[in-house]
Amino acid sequence: MKLAFLPWLILFLPLLAAAWIMLFTRANRCRSAALSISAVVLGFVGTLTFVGANGFHPVQPEVSVTWLAVGGLDIAFGLRLDALSLLMMLVVTGVGGAIHIYSWGYMEEDRCFSRYFASLSLFTFSMLGVVLANNFLQMFIFWELVGVSSYLLIGFWYERASAADAAKKAFLTNRVGDFGFLLGILTFWGLAGSLNFEAIKEWMDNGIGFGSTDPIIVQSGLTLAGLLVFCGAMGKSAQFPLHVWLPDAMEGPTPVSALIHAATMVAAGVYMLSRTFFIYTPDALSVIAWVGGFTALLAAVVAVQQNDIKRILAYSTLSQLGYMVMAVGVYAPSAGMFHLVTHAFFKALLFLGAGSVIHALHHEQDIWRMGGLRRRMPVTFWTFMVGTLALAGVWPFSGFFSKDSILATAQHHSPALFVLGAAVAALTTFYMFRLVFVAFLGPERTSEASHAHESPWVMTWPLRLLATFSLIGGVLGIEGLLTGFYDPVGSEHPNGLAAQVFYPFAHAPVAASVGLASVAAGFLAAHWLYRNVAEDPLPARIGALSRWMRNKFYFDELYEATVIRLQDTAATVIDWFDRWLVAGAAVRGTAGVTRLVGQALRLVQTGSLQTYTFLFVLGVAIVLFAVLGR
Amino acid sequence: MTPALHHYLIVSALLFSLGLLGVVTRRSLLIIYMSLELMLNAANLALVAFSRFNNHLDGQVMVFFIITVAAAEVAVGLALIVAIFRRRQTTHVEDLATLKL
Repeated sequence: MKLAFLPWLILFLPLLAAAWIMLFTRANRCRSAALSISAVVLGFVGTLTFVGANGFHPVQPEVSVTWLAVGGLDIAFGLRLDALSLLMMLVVTGVGGAIHIYSWGYMEEDRCFSRYFASLSLFTFSMLGVVLANNFLQMFIFWELVGVSSYLLIGFWYERASAADAAKKAFLTNRVGDFGFLLGILTFWGLAGSLNFEAIKEWMDNGIGFGSTDPIIVQSGLTLAGLLVFCGAMGKSAQFPLHVWLPDAMEGPTPVSALIHAATMVAAGVYMLSRTFFIYTPDALSVIAWVGGFTALLAAVVAVQQNDIKRILAYSTLSQLGYMVMAVGVYAPSAGMFHLVTHAFFKALLFLGAGSVIHALHHEQDIWRMGGLRRRMPVTFWTFMVGTLALAGVWPFSGFFSKDSILATAQHHSPALFVLGAAVAALTTFYMFRLVFVAFLGPERTSEASHAHESPWVMTWPLRLLATFSLIGGVLGIEGLLTGFYDPVGSEHPNGLAAQVFYPFAHAPVAASVGLASVAAGFLAAHWLYRNVAEDPLPARIGALSRWMRNKFYFDELYEATVIRLQDTAATVIDWFDRWLVAGAAVRGTAGVTRLVGQALRLVQTGSLQTYTFLFVLGVAIVLFAVLGR
Repeated sequence: MTPALHHYLIVSALLFSLGLLGVVTRRSLLIIYMSLELMLNAANLALVAFSRFNNHLDGQVMVFFIITVAAAEVAVGLALIVAIFRRRQTTHVEDLATLKL
């Protein structure tokens, strides 16, 4: 393997940048930004070089050093370099790089500019660590680092109570999932005796240690362990019922939302599922598929009635993540990863476009206070349109191909999920065009909207770049690469450009045409309802349902009333126990008794030598009597 | 009637008890000191008596040592008492309470 040092360099450059910024260049804004951006861009160039030298399938896909050995537990710190991780690295550094550059423009006026870039670099480092990990423990460590850095970034404007709360919520919700993940990891360590992915895969394939036990027990044990690992993905990728943190994470700066929603964090969950695809039993996979499908539908329905531009995109992310998880659940991790990559392009694009709008309107996020931005901000509008079309899944935009490959496998494996997927596709188109019609077309609704102006080049060029990839991302051969990775023998995915463009129609015409039909239906509905309207017509038409949708089906309130209430009660009881029994009876009680006894004994110490002598002699007499008197 | 061992020991015990009584009850440092010497000599008497009746000279040797040490001790002790008296104008033990809590 050539250039073996490069992956290490790529991994640690952002960490170095973060440390260097925090230690030395906090006062120098330009230098901080340049350091952070060059770390991630160098990472991108480095990954390209590495792929150029070794291809997507290096001869030796793993490099590792022993990190610590405790008894029977050998923990390696290693890098896994195969098509999956290399592709993901390109996405993280590429899309991440665009977001880094964009941030320079967006955060220009923030007084904590350097801290922002340091956190951003730390985030990139953690995500690269998750991507490159070759064993569960290393992945878990970086997984937690992703959680920490997301906490730092979501709560970046910590002076605002809502941002601080959102950061805490994201972190704690993730912790719930991570606890399951940790249990899953421990289960696999207990079963397979190793944490290395390759070793676990071998163990699963060979079935060593299965023979002696009842196969039903083994199967259910493996299902349980797989679902525990999936818990981690549920937290990070915000699947129902741990989805509540993602919309609140919008409290962070918009480029951070783009980074969390596109290239990192939420992608980590799906990536982990794809990386460990071999551990899931059929039962576990069907649970995963239905959790994903349900999340996709729920989030899409909620997105229809949101009015905050970033919240619409946040729910759209949730819904698309549900799609990806569903893809993994219907035995198509390649389709899920493919959608993850194209989604990274267009969702980053959409978020950065939204950021550009918000920046131009002086932090106005309500789409009903925008309007007419097409004329004021042409670059933002057209790139946003590209993102919308890609997200909706219009041929030949990238989203079409990835969504189609998911629908095609869903059709093959579970008709119910296929119908659900098509419905979600229609809803996706509907809410995205609602957003476009209200925010960009029609009349200007406020004076800010009529005085908006295009963002600076440092913000528009990343938009152009991402728009290009959102357009062509579907035909770059990513899907062929991924299917080839999961099925080296049976993959017959074409590589020619024309063949790829028409592949969905030839391969699964039903899925492709149903997908396009749902897009058309969604578009027509949005056009019918939202073209040139002054206010939202839906609440009047569907009444209470609209209120439920706007309030996210009251999940936050439900959790408030159940989980949080329960936790508060438990906390009160434990607090009482700690305050009165542990601290009161045990600690203060011991101290008090010692003190009382001490005070009583002090009375004996008269300070008169003669009393002591007398007592001493008395003692001697007693001893003598005891020894000799009998 | 020649005195036997237990006669000597009874005298020794009486002397020791008198000395102890003095140490415990008297309040003057000097008297306490003299009582202490009395106790020491009671012990000497017992040792000498044992030595004599067991035909063994070890006890005598030990007594010589005790007398020597006691002489040195008396010198040091009296010097301390004189020093205390010079400083505090008293040798009454109940006045010497500065170390008391």
